[in-house]
Amino acid sequence: MAVTDAPRIVTARLHHEDSHTLERFLATGGYDGLRKALAMTPEAVAAEVDAASLLGRGGAGFPAGRKWSMLRKAPVTYLVVNGDESEPATFKDHLLIEGDPHQIVEGTIIAAYAVQASQVFIYVRGEFALGLERMQQAVNDAYDAGAIGNDIFSSGFSVDVVVHPGAGAYICGDETGLLESLEGKRGFPRIKPPYFPAVMGLYGQPTVVNNVETMSNLPWIILHGGAAFAALGAGRSTGTRLFALSGHVRRPGAFEVEMVKTTFRDLIYAPLYGGGIRGGGELKAFIPGGASSPWFGPAELDLALGQDEVQAAGSMLGSGSVVVMDQSTCLVRVAWRITKFFARESCGQCTPCREGSGWLERILYRIEHGSGRAEDLEVLLDVCDNISPGLHWPPEQTTICPLGPSIPPSINSALTMGRDEFLVHIKEGGCPLG
Amino acid sequence: MAEAPVTAPEAAAPAADADRVHFTLDGRPATARRGELIISAAERAGVFVPRFCYHPRMSPVGVCRMCLVEVSGPRGATLQPACFVAVEEGAEVVTASAKVKKAQDGVLEFLLVNHPLDCPVCDKGGECPLQDQTLAYGPGESRFTEEKRHFEKPIPISALVLLDRERCIQCARCTRFAEEVAGEALIDFSGRGEMVEVATFPDRPFSSYFSGNTVQICPVGALTATPYRFRARPWDLDQVESTCTTCALGCRVAAQSSGNRLTRLLGIDADPVNQGWLCDKGRFVTESVNGGGEGPADAAHPGPARITEPLVRVGGELVTVSWAEALRVAATGLDQARAGGAAAVGVLGGAQLTNEGAYAWAKLAKGVIGTDSVDAQLGDGLPADLILSLPRATIDEACAARVVVLLTGDVREELPVLFLRLRQSALAGTTSLIELAPTSTSLTSYAAASLPLRPGDAPAVARALVGGDEQVAGPSHPEGPAWSAAALESARALLAGAGPAGQGVVVLVGRASVAEDAAVTAAAVRVLADALPAARFLPTLRRSNVQGALDMGLGPGVLPGRVSLSSGRAWFLEHWGSVPEARGRDAAAMLTSAARGASAGGVATRALIILGADPLADFPDRRLAEAALRAAELVIVVGGHHTEICEHADVVLPAAVAHERAGSTTNIEGRVSRLGHKLVAPGSAWPDWMIAQALAEALGEDLGFASADGVWEEIEQLGSVHRGVTPAVLESAGAHDGVVVPLQPDRARRVAPIDPIATPGVDSVERQGAPPRVGVTEADEWPEAPAAGAAPPPVLAAPAAADPPEVPLPDSYSLRLVSARRLYDGGTAVSGSPSLAPLVPAAVARANPYDLDRLGLVAGDQATVRGERASARLPVAPDRGVPRGVLVVDFNLPGGGLANVAAALIDAGALVNDVRLESL
Amino acid sequence: MSHFTPETRTRAQQLVALYPKPRSALIPLCHLAQGEDGWLRPEAMEEIAELVGVTPAEVRGTATFYDMLDIEPAATYRVSICTNVACLLDGALELLAHAEARLGVPIGGATHDGTFALEEAECLADCDFAPCVQVNHRFVRAQTADAFDQLVEDLGAGKLAATIPPHGTLQRVARNRGLVVDPERVAAERAAVARAQAERASAQDAR
Ligand SMILES: Cc1cc2nc3c(=O)[nH]c(=O)nc-3n(C[C@H](O)[C@H](O)[C@H](O)COP(=O)(O)O)c2cc1C
Ligand code: SF4
Ligand code: FES
Repeated sequence: MAVTDAPRIVTARLHHEDSHTLERFLATGGYDGLRKALAMTPEAVAAEVDAASLLGRGGAGFPAGRKWSMLRKAPVTYLVVNGDESEPATFKDHLLIEGDPHQIVEGTIIAAYAVQASQVFIYVRGEFALGLERMQQAVNDAYDAGAIGNDIFSSGFSVDVVVHPGAGAYICGDETGLLESLEGKRGFPRIKPPYFPAVMGLYGQPTVVNNVETMSNLPWIILHGGAAFAALGAGRSTGTRLFALSGHVRRPGAFEVEMVKTTFRDLIYAPLYGGGIRGGGELKAFIPGGASSPWFGPAELDLALGQDEVQAAGSMLGSGSVVVMDQSTCLVRVAWRITKFFARESCGQCTPCREGSGWLERILYRIEHGSGRAEDLEVLLDVCDNISPGLHWPPEQTTICPLGPSIPPSINSALTMGRDEFLVHIKEGGCPLG
Repeated sequence: MAEAPVTAPEAAAPAADADRVHFTLDGRPATARRGELIISAAERAGVFVPRFCYHPRMSPVGVCRMCLVEVSGPRGATLQPACFVAVEEGAEVVTASAKVKKAQDGVLEFLLVNHPLDCPVCDKGGECPLQDQTLAYGPGESRFTEEKRHFEKPIPISALVLLDRERCIQCARCTRFAEEVAGEALIDFSGRGEMVEVATFPDRPFSSYFSGNTVQICPVGALTATPYRFRARPWDLDQVESTCTTCALGCRVAAQSSGNRLTRLLGIDADPVNQGWLCDKGRFVTESVNGGGEGPADAAHPGPARITEPLVRVGGELVTVSWAEALRVAATGLDQARAGGAAAVGVLGGAQLTNEGAYAWAKLAKGVIGTDSVDAQLGDGLPADLILSLPRATIDEACAARVVVLLTGDVREELPVLFLRLRQSALAGTTSLIELAPTSTSLTSYAAASLPLRPGDAPAVARALVGGDEQVAGPSHPEGPAWSAAALESARALLAGAGPAGQGVVVLVGRASVAEDAAVTAAAVRVLADALPAARFLPTLRRSNVQGALDMGLGPGVLPGRVSLSSGRAWFLEHWGSVPEARGRDAAAMLTSAARGASAGGVATRALIILGADPLADFPDRRLAEAALRAAELVIVVGGHHTEICEHADVVLPAAVAHERAGSTTNIEGRVSRLGHKLVAPGSAWPDWMIAQALAEALGEDLGFASADGVWEEIEQLGSVHRGVTPAVLESAGAHDGVVVPLQPDRARRVAPIDPIATPGVDSVERQGAPPRVGVTEADEWPEAPAAGAAPPPVLAAPAAADPPEVPLPDSYSLRLVSARRLYDGGTAVSGSPSLAPLVPAAVARANPYDLDRLGLVAGDQATVRGERASARLPVAPDRGVPRGVLVVDFNLPGGGLANVAAALIDAGALVNDVRLESL
Repeated sequence: MSHFTPETRTRAQQLVALYPKPRSALIPLCHLAQGEDGWLRPEAMEEIAELVGVTPAEVRGTATFYDMLDIEPAATYRVSICTNVACLLDGALELLAHAEARLGVPIGGATHDGTFALEEAECLADCDFAPCVQVNHRFVRAQTADAFDQLVEDLGAGKLAATIPPHGTLQRVARNRGLVVDPERVAAERAAVARAQAERASAQDAR
């Protein structure tokens, strides 16, 4: 059952060379979902999405329908689409932005209609120069095609869309950091309360923030009905999901698979997907949901790709990226590199993350480069504990945003799975794997 | 902190009190105001939560994470920042669990990761919240053994402030202050993560008038002030609570000294006044108080030196003499001068005196010498009887008013901290500002309506504003009014919306320009007072204790206690034995009379006593001041600093200044607050009241004073508005922030204890045993006043409207001169402070671009400003905030080779001054 | 006096007009300025400050938060090599070392002629082509040392000018129109829809 015959929902068009153009989009059923949605009432559209049980694809996995229903009623509301994709080893939004920007526009207008947004912003990661061009071109073309702007497809619904470039800061992927950035400020995540942008978001107005992939699912859901979407997958995790597979696999890439029905083993080993460990090696560990997620080992390979299933096993599907490490991998080095990432990307606002990330990185660097000390391991864990008290899952935090508590999982995982490796590093004054 | 009583559990079941919520704090029941932050609710309940970024006067950001406490919620008890989360009904807050303790340990250890261990050489050492809270809450030792972050050691971010980025803990207090409180985001965080640093824009220093506050609130030694750097260790400082006398707002300060030098001033959080803030001029006035030591200016201290010994002019030279000799010479001279009538003696100045000094001098002048020609204002204020008669607003009332009318100079330049308060009110949207001003000011951008006006226009715009006179008569310019009809309309609507007859309206009145006669503004004030009987007024007189001086009778036509000469005569005759018959001269009239002699009419002014003032720098018309001083037969100078005036003095009597004196001052709202007295004045300088007493004795009379307190007792008994403000009241706990006169029995307020983390230096010194204020006072009532004796005379009544002066139209080649005051000018407080003196700007001629275009002038061009009196070459600056037909040359600034170029151009005898601007 | 050319200034004003509040245009304007000058000149930051209504210190402070914005002169080609986890597993550190040797500059440095700057990047979201390399934020997929050398040669020879514009140019496709929807009409429409929704909901409740 490694590969189900679930339809391709968000990647259907990607095999075309010109999948990003309006011509191709229209030739392959583009904007039909939007036309259909505009003929429905906004509530009916929202109800369809609710029925689909579409979970957000940005990382937190919050049901899109529920998020929309939380939107505080106000004369001005905003929809912001999160295309800042910067989570390590996550590259699915990149694919969608460059490959099918009109699909994002279509989903976005459907969502804007359902929540009656006053204006839409599509925030695209700054480093996607081509993606920004494609997204902007798509928006320009969609204006000309009547899919954005006044009286969209003669429905009476009007809305403007602005493509907004990021400028290189991972933390702007966090929805509140993103809103700050969109307001022209440093991407300092906002402190809670208020807990949801749906209550107080952009310029203090109620705002829905959704991921690019979340948006890309909407045309299909409207065309085929929420029930059809919910029929795919199982439990809370419905539909398909685009997984970014990288590391020591034969065929790294982004694969759209049916949720829950597919397992990590399928994703990594099925010939159509990862095709197994490169060079015939053995799996040592894999990171199931982005750099913030606790790692899994071979024992968890048969876990289903479902949000609750993975959560119950002590990790998360997160951003939908899976990094595979074979037996040659130095876990210390991986933990160090991931920690270095967080240290570089910490916004610097709150103390435990700003200071803790750099401290942890320095210790891990020392261990990896041969100057480790026996007491380091205890300090590592206790510093982690001071960022994320108890080191349990899901994490608690002494920080403002979830970036801080994203640091401990990889250190904790590496130490749990490979404490001996650390000890060898310390004892032998360097990395045994070179 | 611990003294606060724990809020008692409500006896009955919690009543439906919409404003209060009930919660448990460490297991004990407690209450909070709805919306109150956990950190402050806990503090009131006696539980101090450690903190760094939180500052009670700024919006919370919750970034340092030091204040984490456990709060029960839907997801069980989680760690939440007490400084950011409001108390919810039924919440369980735990501040002392093992989990909280570990989080606090952790945050402190994190903060020390990149913090250098240079406490022994750090200014903050000994009063550092990081140091103190590490000792109190920290893990004891750091496990961090890696390389710390490195930055270049202190870099100047302004002329006054240095930044050591290695010490910074990114609490955002300074950046929040700059943006939120001062409204000048000249510093901002830069970079990301561990490398976040505070930074200015290249070549745009943090040149805010309020920059010193960032040093004060920095919870570590990252920001230091050049004037204080390495000057002292906190444990060597003595401290008293006092009042700043630099301007008339009366900010409360902690005055810290060591070895009889005033080392540092810190703002105290006096809720009704300065709320913790100070301006840099007030803060760094320490340098000018300390003076250049003995003798004249030296290289290290280029400003005026202190006067330390009595001096008498002998053969053209001032020579040091004994007090007895100086007083003898002074008395003899005075006796000669008043032989032909006491009106020949004029007393100029007095705004620098304490209330007690001012009263003693008023008694000396009016009761002993017999002259009513006494004026604490130097032609730069408003008529004394007008000021004293206006129904008065407090600062709090102004900041809570629905509408504030600004008929005043730029508040940021004149009463800087009042600007901070008004800006907050305007930003909060609760107060609408209507500005009537001859140039745009620092409040213009916050004003709901701005009515620009030209010199002479004020009465007309006042009439137009109150709507009594639809016919906007006589704006003195061929082009008609400088304000737009739309602005006038919206201002009228705002005023009407505030309430009937001016209810909810506070008018700030002051002199926007000293190149225009005070009668013009006075007429406008009368129009407003007449048309808006329910409005209140807050005078924006600038000079330190000017309000106290006027209240004590140092003005023509008034007697102590805000009474007029006529209505108070009988009362003071009874108590003083003598009171002048006729109303005397104001400053301008005194100087005119002295300069012109009998030709100016009446008994000519022959002798001038100058009380802590320098008319050569401060009087708007320098030529008149010079002529008067040259012509006067006797000039007695009583002062603290060797300024130019001493060149004209026959007798110089050294006086104590600022925090060298006991006694009290009165601010613009009538708040009497006590000065701290720790320093001994240099040499043989005396307090002002004592000089008056001694001079009276030399004249053969006795004022009856043996101490400043003794003077105050007489003020309390005789001053109509001072009744009941007994020494006991002034010393009571509820009077820490001072007492507004006349005393309102129900106005005693609770005074908050000093927050050691919000105002670091103040507390540390306090802990050394010189407590400025401890605990929370529960005093809601003033101490019992002694039974009052006979009723004192009635205070001055509200003024009636009078015909405004007729202002002539200018000719079409002239521009009408405006001369506004600037914070940094040629005055002693600035020139006496080496750190501030370089900040004085050079005078420029500002005009509307239209007028400059007509003359073919562009920014920076040198042009000649030609007046009736003099002309001066000045660079020009286009300024859209200046109406057409107006030229601005600010007062007491150097330019065209003169120390105070504006004073050379102004004729104090003219209603308005017209000048020509010539490109050649 | 404007630092921007009249055309750029017009573009800038159009960008400001796209947002409900001017400050939102701060980062787009920084990209615009960088596209003109190659980096954020102080004069440009001052003009941006004026355009969006903040202080120059705030523009600088905000810009320095973001990796892509340079407040110092930048090289023509910014070569970014990701060494984050997926690329790390695929030899990114080795490729980076090779790049240092080939370009003769340390990480974070630039060649003397100002042609190449080398930076160690965080994940660039192209991990199926690890190690991932970008030049001026355009993916070049030079995964091996040989491919890297070829890339450097081609760049030096100007062969890639069409796909990789000089540093600073983020986007060659510009927004071709302003906001077209009248906000007041939107507000009125939205209010009407909200009313209709409420009516339908109460009707449903009644049933
Ligand atoms: C540190 C951090 C980084 C994040 N990065 C991204 C991102 O790059 N893209 C994204 O869509 N969501 C990201 N998120 C999640 C967003 O905050 C938000 O949950 C999401 O955009 C909501 O969209 P969804 O409900 O459609 O998933 C990030 C969250 C955190 C805390
Ligand atoms: S946890 Fe890190 S990234 Fe998040 S607000 Fe704190 S410092 Fe910034
Ligand atoms: S986070 Fe509360 S005081 Fe800093």
